[in-house]
Amino acid sequence: MSAAGRSKYAGLLWVTPWLIGLCVFFLAPMGLGAYYSMTDYTMLEPPLWVGGDNYLALLKDPVFRRAVLNTIIYAAFVIPLSVVLALAIAGLLDVDSRLSRLVRVLVFTPTVVPLVASAMIWLWLFNGDHGLINAFLHMIGMSGPNWLGERGFAMAALVIMALWSIGQPVVIYLAALQDVPRELYEAGQLDGMGPIRRFVHVAMPSIAPAVFFNVIIQTITAWQVFAAPYIMTEGGPDRSTYFYSHYLYDNAFLFQRMGYASAMAWVQLMLIAVCILAIYAVTRKLWSTEK
Amino acid sequence: MSLRGPNKAARVTRSLLMLVVAIIFAMPLVWMAATSIKPESQAMSQGLSLLPDPVTSAPSQAAANYEAVLEDPTVDFPLYMRNTIVVVALGVFGCIISSVVVAYGLARVPMPGRKPLIVITIGTMLIPFPVLMAPLFMLYAKLGWIGTFLPLYAQFWLGNAFSIFLLHQFFKSLPKELDEAASIDGCSHWQTFRHIALPLSRNALAVVVLLHFTYMWNDFLAPLVFIVDREQFTLMLGLQLYQSKAGQTPWNLLMAASTMTVLPVLVVFVLTNRLFTRSSMSGAVKG
Repeated sequence: MSAAGRSKYAGLLWVTPWLIGLCVFFLAPMGLGAYYSMTDYTMLEPPLWVGGDNYLALLKDPVFRRAVLNTIIYAAFVIPLSVVLALAIAGLLDVDSRLSRLVRVLVFTPTVVPLVASAMIWLWLFNGDHGLINAFLHMIGMSGPNWLGERGFAMAALVIMALWSIGQPVVIYLAALQDVPRELYEAGQLDGMGPIRRFVHVAMPSIAPAVFFNVIIQTITAWQVFAAPYIMTEGGPDRSTYFYSHYLYDNAFLFQRMGYASAMAWVQLMLIAVCILAIYAVTRKLWSTEK
Repeated sequence: MSLRGPNKAARVTRSLLMLVVAIIFAMPLVWMAATSIKPESQAMSQGLSLLPDPVTSAPSQAAANYEAVLEDPTVDFPLYMRNTIVVVALGVFGCIISSVVVAYGLARVPMPGRKPLIVITIGTMLIPFPVLMAPLFMLYAKLGWIGTFLPLYAQFWLGNAFSIFLLHQFFKSLPKELDEAASIDGCSHWQTFRHIALPLSRNALAVVVLLHFTYMWNDFLAPLVFIVDREQFTLMLGLQLYQSKAGQTPWNLLMAASTMTVLPVLVVFVLTNRLFTRSSMSGAVKG
């Protein structure tokens, strides 16, 4: 027993459950999806082979294009804004005090709040007539819009809401900042750098990998935004907040177009891969020009 | 640190800014709780006050609101709460048992193909659920699982990528001498795992339990896709149903319902926030 237990294959037995899990819950659905994406499938009748028709139809589908565009617009606002905001907050909290520790907890809290509950809360905060945000704007002499009911403002509202759950990047940047040697800051100070220039020139190089990591994660997250727009705007007004995953969901479970939805799923995976590769290429270029 | 003038001013500014950040981030949850204890008319008036008027009415108004939510004739929150607890308990339990074994095997037991398996495991974390949901639904339909809770937890009994990854990192960090000493003493891998590594991994396991609990408690899309029977709704589906049901749900009651669904995760988080924040760093920076 002991000898057999120490053979160089012994580990396979340990990971067997996961190997089965990978096959059943990842590889099989992806394979099935690839097959269904080449068929016309309503779930009620057996799938009908159509080859690449679904993929060609996607190219001509104006709603699909709208959903891709909306998702890109959303990501183009959320990702840079959250990098800047999270870095600013991390820099602000990078001191050892009781207040700073308390604020860290408060900043992280929204990330554990269920998305459905956040959607309810922000639905209420953004309410045009009775919401807290417009009440506040009224107090400082501005009149707020009907946030979720107007094109542009609905997108802005979803972006603002996403920025609320920025806790994860803040914590990661904080950890990276704490690894920056204090002597470097002091050297920068002696050279007459202000706090902001010190942040950019001294701290930035050591937290760049953390930023890269977060941008990748947020890119993937952006492609799967679903719960908040589904609940808060239902994709509206006028499809202005109709995102990729929402359209995929509707195709699969509302219109019963499983083949089309499966094609969308594979395209989504490709789009994510392209985004990651693009970010990687840009980062490498920036890196090499810096050095 | 000196106490010279400009430094002190800088510190005061920093503290003030931190306070502003704190207020902005806490405000939505505070406002949710505040709205949940007001009568409807006061919730709708554009005041910024946190408490109902008169203040002494707060306890009775809160009781009335929460009772109205719990006793709503169309949305059975107590049932959804029970469903959620069952599903989450089954999922977390299965996830922890299988993930810890798989992670230990990956980290400490010799096997061919370890590297590619680790890469694939991390790779699955990057696959968004929407990509898998349509084929998964068809798979579960074929298995006859639609109409049961199985689609929500069964897969975790075979492991969960993120949990395996975190535990793998932990087991890998244990000193090699531990294994060697155990093997000289004639321990099998299983005995080493059971008597040495497992007792040491208590904190890592706690982190995994917490993260997986939060993930499952909060999940909306998987229940939305796989649960078709209203009797089997989870809390998140119930909350969404409550908001979208015919006839507008009053805001004070909707906020009371939201508070109820948030409270369990929030309590767990407040009690364990160090584990939470530390784990979200270790997963990233050291990876």
